[in-house]
This record gives sequence, C-alpha cells and structure tokens, in this order.
Amino acid sequence: MADPIVVAEGLHKSFGDTHALRGLDLSVPRGAVCGVLGPNGAGKTTAVRILATLSDPDAGHARIAGFDVVRDAGEVRARIGLAGQYAAVDDKLTGRGNLRMFARLYHLSRREAHRRADELLERFGLMDAADRPVTGYSGGMRRRLDLITSLILRPEVLFLDEPTTGLDPRSRGEIWSSVRELVADGTTVLLTTQYLDEADQLADDIAVVDHGRVIATGTPDELKATIGDRLDVVLEDPAALPPAATVLNNLAGAEPAATGADRLSVALPGGGLRLADIVRELDRAGIAAADVRLRRPTLDEVFLRLTDRKEAVR
Amino acid sequence: MTTLASPLGRLRWTFTDGLTLVGRELGRLRQEPGQIVAALIFPAVMVVLFGYVFGSAIRVPGGGDYREYLMPGLFAMVTFSAWLSVMTRTAGDASRGVMDRFRSMPMARLAVPFGQTGADLLTGLLMLAIMVGAGLLVGWQPHHGLIPTAQAFLLMIVLRYALSWVGVYVGLAVKNEQVADAMVPLGLPFTMLSNAFVPTGGMPGWLRFLADWNPVSALTAASRELFGNPGVPSGDLAWPLAHPVAAVLLWSAALLAVFVPLSLRAYTRRGR
Ligand SMILES: Nc1ncnc2c1ncn2[C@@H]1O[C@H](COP(=O)(O)OP(=O)(O)OP(=O)(O)O)[C@@H](O)[C@H]1O
Ligand SMILES: [Mg+2]
Repeated sequence: MADPIVVAEGLHKSFGDTHALRGLDLSVPRGAVCGVLGPNGAGKTTAVRILATLSDPDAGHARIAGFDVVRDAGEVRARIGLAGQYAAVDDKLTGRGNLRMFARLYHLSRREAHRRADELLERFGLMDAADRPVTGYSGGMRRRLDLITSLILRPEVLFLDEPTTGLDPRSRGEIWSSVRELVADGTTVLLTTQYLDEADQLADDIAVVDHGRVIATGTPDELKATIGDRLDVVLEDPAALPPAATVLNNLAGAEPAATGADRLSVALPGGGLRLADIVRELDRAGIAAADVRLRRPTLDEVFLRLTDRKEAVR
Repeated sequence: MTTLASPLGRLRWTFTDGLTLVGRELGRLRQEPGQIVAALIFPAVMVVLFGYVFGSAIRVPGGGDYREYLMPGLFAMVTFSAWLSVMTRTAGDASRGVMDRFRSMPMARLAVPFGQTGADLLTGLLMLAIMVGAGLLVGWQPHHGLIPTAQAFLLMIVLRYALSWVGVYVGLAVKNEQVADAMVPLGLPFTMLSNAFVPTGGMPGWLRFLADWNPVSALTAASRELFGNPGVPSGDLAWPLAHPVAAVLLWSAALLAVFVPLSLRAYTRRGR
C-alpha cells in the first residue's frame, strides 16, 4: 500500500480538566474514505481540528501528505478542505458570492474564481439558488454550499465533521453521492459521524474512537466479524421463550437477549454453527420456530459492543 | 494559487486578501439595502432629535448656536460606533465557524483583521459624509478654512481606525454573537458621558472627571476647536480638554499599540 496521506501519532489534547484526546493514532491511505466513529464527546471534532491546523496538539504529531500540521501549517492548508459541524458560510452573501469570495481568498484570479464558482454550483445542483442570499437556504442546501466551498482548491484531503447531522434522508443521500463523486476523483476523505449506516455506506476503513483513543479499526466487514454473526429466532408460541433461551444459551455459550415477546437474539462464536444444527436442537426440545435466521451484525451492534466493553474495562 | 513563501509575497497577499474581505462587506451591503437606508436615516434622526429637542433646552457656554455645538459631538458618536460594529461582525464570524474556515485556508493570516478594519473605515467614511450633509442642512459649518477642517476629519478617521481594532479584539474574545449584540447598547452611555451633547461643567465632580477623560470628549473638543464651533471651553481644564488634538492622537496610538498585537495574537492562537 502507498504511504498514508493522513497520519496522526499519539495525539493528546486537554481543555482544562477534560482530556479530549489521550494518545490518538490514525492513518489513512491516499484515496480512501476513513470513517471516524464515536459517541458524543469522544474527541472526534478535537482530532479533526488538529488535523486541519485549527488547533495545536499538546503532545504527539500529525502529518498531512508528509507536512507537519504544526510546523508546516501553510503547506497543509493548501492541501486540505474542511467542512465543519456547522455550515461556515456568510449568511448575508449569495451562494455565488460566497464561492467567489472564498475562491479569491484561495488566490484564484478573478476570472478563474468566477469560473470555478459556476462549475461547482452547476455540478452540485445549487445553480438555481446561486443568486439568493444564504439566509434563505434550507439546512441541506447550506451544508452542500459549505461542502463545495471546501472543494474550491480540489483538496487532496477533505475533512468532514458530521456532514449530515440534522439533515433529512434525502439531503443526506445528496451529500453522500457528492462524497462518492469526490472519492472517484481521487480525494481522500476523513469523515466523522454518529450515523453508523453513513460509515457503512461511505467508508473503506473505520476507526472507532472513545475517550480520546482509537479502540478499534478495520473495514466495516472486519469490524462486524470481530463480534461474530447474530442468530435471530422468532417463536410460534411466546410461552416457549424460556426453554428456547436455554437451548440457545447452550449452543452459543452466551445469554440470548429477548428482542420481543416471541423473539430472541444471540451473538454466535466465530464459525462452527450451522443453521441446520440450530433448527435440529430446537426441534429436539419440542420448540416450534416461525423463523430462524443467521445474519451479520449491524455496525450499530459492533459500535455498542465496542464502546460498552471499553466502559467495563475502565 | 500561491504559497506565502517570501515576506514580500506575504505582504502582497495580506493586502489582496484584505481587499477581498472589504469587497465582502460591500457585497453584504448590496444584499441588505435596508442597512444603507438605516445608515442614511440615522444621522438625520440624530441631528433632528438632539439639535431641536435638546437644543431647545440647553444653553451653550459662552454663547452660540446649539446645533453648531452639537455637530462635533455627533461626529464623535459616529466615530465611536466603529468598535461596536466591528465587534459584532467579528463575533458573528467566530461563532458561525466562518473564522475557522478562514483559518484553515492558505490565505494571509493577518488579512482577516486588516480586511475587517479596512471595510469599517469605508463604511465610516460613508457615514461621516452623510453626517456632514445633514449638518450643513441644519446650519452647521466649519469656520476656520480648509486645512483645519481636513485635520478634524483626519483625526476622526485615525481614531476610528484605532477603535475598530478594539472591536476586532473584543469580538474574537467573546466569540459569541448574542453576547456581542447584548453589548451594543453599552455604546450609548459611553458616548453620553462626555462633552458631546452637554457641557461637562455642571456635572458632579467624579462624573465630570470621567467625562473629561473620556476619549469621546477629546475628539469632540478637538473638532470644535478645528471647525471653530462654539463650546470651546476655557479656564482650568483637564489635560485632554486643554490639548484635545494631542489627546486624540495619543489615544489612537495607545489603542493601536495595545489592540493590534492583542488581536493578531487572538486570531492566530491555536490553543482551542
Ligand atoms: N474548546 C473546548 N473547551 C473545553 N472543552 C472542550 C472544548 N472542545 C472540546 N471540549 C471537550 O473535549 C471533549 C471532546 O470533544 P469533541 O468535540 O472533540 O467531541 P466529539 O467526539 O466531536 O463529540 P460530538 O459527537 O458531540 O461532536 C468533550 O468532553 C468536550 O466537552
Ligand atoms: Mg464533534
């Protein structure tokens, strides 16, 4: 694999008594989409702000395309785009006015700035609203404008801090397809999110962050594999729930959870169990099952399990 | 796109980026014609309100027309609006993340505060021009010829620029638009506590001390002197009123010396 374009090593950052980051390590290969997942207050925004040169780490190093975010901040800034947790555009200007201004501040010539603004408005479907002040935009349009503002320079690395929080499903879908297009152009994306389906949809690699540290990394599939498949059983008779639970406990070696009056769910140990075995065991105990299903865990389950376990260790 | 390698290149980009940000303010005005109208009406309202309402009750010490006495005070009031408007602008940018976007861009670091203060200077000139028009309409005029008149306006501009840096610093420090908006009404008592609208002679001792040393008073006294308007005090005076021109220049220099470095440090600080 090529050299990673984003590297963070042992980042520490405190605000007073709050240790926002406690030795965060991260590495993103060129051209990949890295999803940073974590509960509220995990340190995602703090990490992104350090990588985007807005804040200095107390300890540790970070490099973007080989440039140190503290010492070579200018070089880093010329290679990144940042769309923060809220839309950072000038409300009082029009969409076009915003893009032109920021393009000029990126030191494009006047002609080039006008051309680039039109190109981005056209490509990301904001041309119709281009000459209206941003105050009148919907939340989704504003986010999209914010996103394309960070694309003016065709950044090598794009940081997106919760790009779709507070958006309706349609606007989220639009942002997602915009991100996919960028990745097709070769942009590296580091995206923080609380929506696991967002990470599942977009990310090649995921880093789960909790209490200022990365507690797990891998592709979505790898992460799902770490907690094994799930077995969901729906019973014909709710009264059979206790004996069914005993059977499943014996098979899986773990206490199943009742997910409804007539259904159970349990994590299976990696491999070994086949659907046929399970059905046979239930049958032998005289339990009638309406549905027996083996499935991959969702990322939500992985996430809850990972962040829970961390809690238990502390 | 250019990196900011050489010092000369950096200076050039600071200037160019600053101009872009001045253009931004003009763009905002174009979107909000209401602001221009308000800016046009405000001085007229002040002239009528103070000139005719107060003017009917206040006697100018040493005699003279109250509206002639008043105009230098209104010029000072307009000048002192600088720090409030720059403060709200800066706090707005900081609270909405626009400041963070600027800071994550490869632009000249100092362009943002220079652009903001430069833009304020333009709006300030516009407001002064309108105020002059309103003053001439109600019978105010400078009596000492071209050079002293130009000097008076120059003093206002210099002090305004210095005050706008106070606004940059306070705006960056509060970082919160609501807080900044809530501070705006504080501007009024600050201007009133001076010789701008009434002579300070009749105030109780401690209040008079504050009013005499208020920079608003120094600017007002300086322009009365330079315009040849009534109300130039005589007798035993506090130092800033005895030497108003020097006082204004000293105030400006002191504000710039303190607030330019403070603002630049606050802007480039990356602790948070
Ligand atoms: N400027 C600041 N001053 C004080 N504390 C801060 C500051 N910024 C962040 N923190 C604290 O640092 C911790 C990490 O915050 P951070 O914003 O990085 O979390 P996050 O993962 O982005 O959370 P969220 O999902 O809610 O956005 C939190 O406990 C937060 O309260
Ligand atoms: Mg956050």
